[in-house]
Amino acid sequence: MNQDGADKSRRRFLTAATTVVGGVGAAFLAVPFLAYWRPSAKAQAAGAPVEVDISQLEVGQLINVKWRGSPVWVFKRTEQNIDDLPRLDNLLRDPDSAIDQQPEYARNKHRSIRPEIMVLIGICTHLGCSPLFHPDSRPQGMARDWHGGFFCPCHGSYFDLAGRVYTGVPAPTNLVVPPYHFIDDDTVLIGEDEGAA
Amino acid sequence: MRKLLLTLALALIPGLLMAAPKGGNYMSVDVDPHDKQSLQRGAMLFANYCMACHEASLMRYNRIGQDLGLDDALVEQYLIFKPEQQAHDVMTNVMTEADAEQWFGAPAPDLTLYARRHGPDRVYTFLNGFYRDDDQPFGVNNIVVSGVSMPHVLQDLQGLPEPRYEERDGRMVVVGVEEATNGRLSPEEYRALTRDLTNFMDYMAEPVKAERERLGVRVLVFLFIFLIVTYLLKREYWKDVH
Amino acid sequence: MNQTKSGGLMGWIDERFPATKMWNEHLAQYYAPKNFNFWYYFGSLALLVLVIQILSGIWLTMNYVPSGTEAFTSVEYIMRDVEWGWLIRYIHTTGASAFFVVVYLHMFRALMYGSYQKPRELLWIFGCLILVALMAEAFMGYMLPWGQMSYWGAQVIINLFAAVPVIGPELATWIRGDFIISEITLNRFFALHVVGVPLAIIFLVVAHILALHEVGSNNPDGVEIKKNKDKNGNPSDGIPFHPYYTVKDLFGVAVFLIFFSIVVFFIPDFFGLFIEPPNFEPANPLVTPDHIAPVWYFAPYYAILRAIPDTFGGVVAMGAAIVILFFLPWLDRGRVRSIRYRGLSFKIALAVFAIGFVLLTYLGTQPATGLNTLLSRVGTVIYFGYFIFLFVYTAFGLEQTKPVPERVTMK
Repeated sequence: MNQDGADKSRRRFLTAATTVVGGVGAAFLAVPFLAYWRPSAKAQAAGAPVEVDISQLEVGQLINVKWRGSPVWVFKRTEQNIDDLPRLDNLLRDPDSAIDQQPEYARNKHRSIRPEIMVLIGICTHLGCSPLFHPDSRPQGMARDWHGGFFCPCHGSYFDLAGRVYTGVPAPTNLVVPPYHFIDDDTVLIGEDEGAA
Repeated sequence: MRKLLLTLALALIPGLLMAAPKGGNYMSVDVDPHDKQSLQRGAMLFANYCMACHEASLMRYNRIGQDLGLDDALVEQYLIFKPEQQAHDVMTNVMTEADAEQWFGAPAPDLTLYARRHGPDRVYTFLNGFYRDDDQPFGVNNIVVSGVSMPHVLQDLQGLPEPRYEERDGRMVVVGVEEATNGRLSPEEYRALTRDLTNFMDYMAEPVKAERERLGVRVLVFLFIFLIVTYLLKREYWKDVH
Repeated sequence: MNQTKSGGLMGWIDERFPATKMWNEHLAQYYAPKNFNFWYYFGSLALLVLVIQILSGIWLTMNYVPSGTEAFTSVEYIMRDVEWGWLIRYIHTTGASAFFVVVYLHMFRALMYGSYQKPRELLWIFGCLILVALMAEAFMGYMLPWGQMSYWGAQVIINLFAAVPVIGPELATWIRGDFIISEITLNRFFALHVVGVPLAIIFLVVAHILALHEVGSNNPDGVEIKKNKDKNGNPSDGIPFHPYYTVKDLFGVAVFLIFFSIVVFFIPDFFGLFIEPPNFEPANPLVTPDHIAPVWYFAPYYAILRAIPDTFGGVVAMGAAIVILFFLPWLDRGRVRSIRYRGLSFKIALAVFAIGFVLLTYLGTQPATGLNTLLSRVGTVIYFGYFIFLFVYTAFGLEQTKPVPERVTMK
């Protein structure tokens, strides 16, 4: 064995070529192993848009539906509730929904398509607990102006009836409004924008 | 190198010899997972004729759609007959096991993997193997499954064939079926139809078959390049060894 | 040896961890005989398959559910609903069979070139232990899909333990943890398959490689290369494993992967041998499939089992067929290692043994008809006969060997 006659540059070239081809192969092989972690067809089926019949939904009532494993609230506000919303603006961190926590069509005073129907993902934006519904009663420790809303028992965050967060609480942003649209007057489809396939 | 290939090739031979025996005298059918037209027709036949009683609880409707080029709307229109089911659901049916026990004496088997369990030839022969037998509760029997506990659901298409007898050991036994002429389809059309249905059931048992074969070709092309590069590298380094 | 102390990052690491030292000892300055032939690919390939199995196995575990009601559907869930799940499962099922192909060829190489002879007895014993662990691993893994073949295969094999006198039935029940194969059995086999046995295999593989690197590799001439050293003290007939054998084995890997991919992508059930058709039916304790055959890699031992009319006798014979391998270094009293320089009778005996092994493999997958049973007995006699012959042939000086060359030859 001696390397005296070795063509060093050819050796370097072939080593590099093998490394590159092998590296490409390894990268391709990694794809299945990584894609394997994506939501399976079963998870996607479970996370498909959910139809909610709101014909029986009474004023002031909240129903809890499951979408992608999370609670989604569909709530019918009273006239009073709608009128109360602007009065809280100076107590809220993001009263005009500047931060993207809602689809464009819900970036308005009432954070919803129809003023009376509120759709929210019921997961606190702080650490993921599900806040409690306080339509009339004042939650514990709430000393400020309160016209109904949500209270997260885990770390004491407050939200109004549009899911907007109060200042001075742990939750950083408003509650998330999921994509949704109305199929007809009485049916809302949660999980899909209007016109999406 | 040549020795390596030869030995590995030889290693495959005992495998071929040992391949599980097919068993039974079945008609042979050519299944083709790349024939989407046939699979689409088969899917509709399956949804129309089989799924009243059988289910395919491991298969999703929209998987059929994705593989065979049908969007969710078409899938819902042509394959789903139960209002409560959506395209992403698995293909279950409404007949309860208790109903099945009462009507047929046993629950109808799930058909998702049937073609992979028993082979497409058996499915095809079964579909072509119904014959008139007035002693049976449904008036039909089958050359593959003797005393079959289901009706011949394709009877209005095929008609009802008469059995063909032969004498074996002094007894008359059914060895096949005559061609039926009293159905809506000609014998050729019926065979084509059952081939589509068999093809679909074979696809359903392993939906990825067409894709894996397509991908396999590319993988082999890549590995061949890798083989050449490594061979050259090895040869270059081994110039040192005398 | 020429340990050069380097600075920089490697120097920093080397002062705290023997990275360069290990690299040199096992690769860059591990001298392997230069005359390795085709048969010497299978060791590194076995290591490759081990890595493939561990990786694909970990990924399968992420979606597999070891429960009586969900095991079967979770496997089909992987095959259908999980992205690329089909590929990872086919890699694993093909890998299981590939493991045995590679290991059986690797062992046959050892038989041909006397790689088990002194001083490599312990190396051989570690190898045999790997084979035993691999069999346990494969057997328990085959149960996990919870199809009819999984169920009834396990049923038959575990009932073999019931044939042991006195404690048999108690023993079988203890292994199952139940009176029949059940979810309880499935759960303990799952634990052993994904954690217990793989750990043992990894440990044994490390021991196998350390033993190999301690005594040095044998070669097709059976010549000890350490006897002839050059002026640097390196074996004259040796070449550093890296780069010479790393590039050569890489080429072997490419060839292997081509065969492996052909199976994975075009014939994953391999004509009903790698994945048996009855396993596409969920386990049903009330209905036995009409033909139960073990997976092909167990077939030779299963054929030996069935060749003996008495059940317990069959179990003993099957066990003995494995155990006798451990004693091979002491049964072969010959002082010539390689088949190239051994007596003609040795060559014939080894060829007959190989044919007998293939015959038994075939018979183990077939129904036990009269002729098949007869042939199985012939095969069993051949299997054990080889070892008896080898002992008699070498212990009583009957072998007429050819002169062994001083140095290795390049053929």
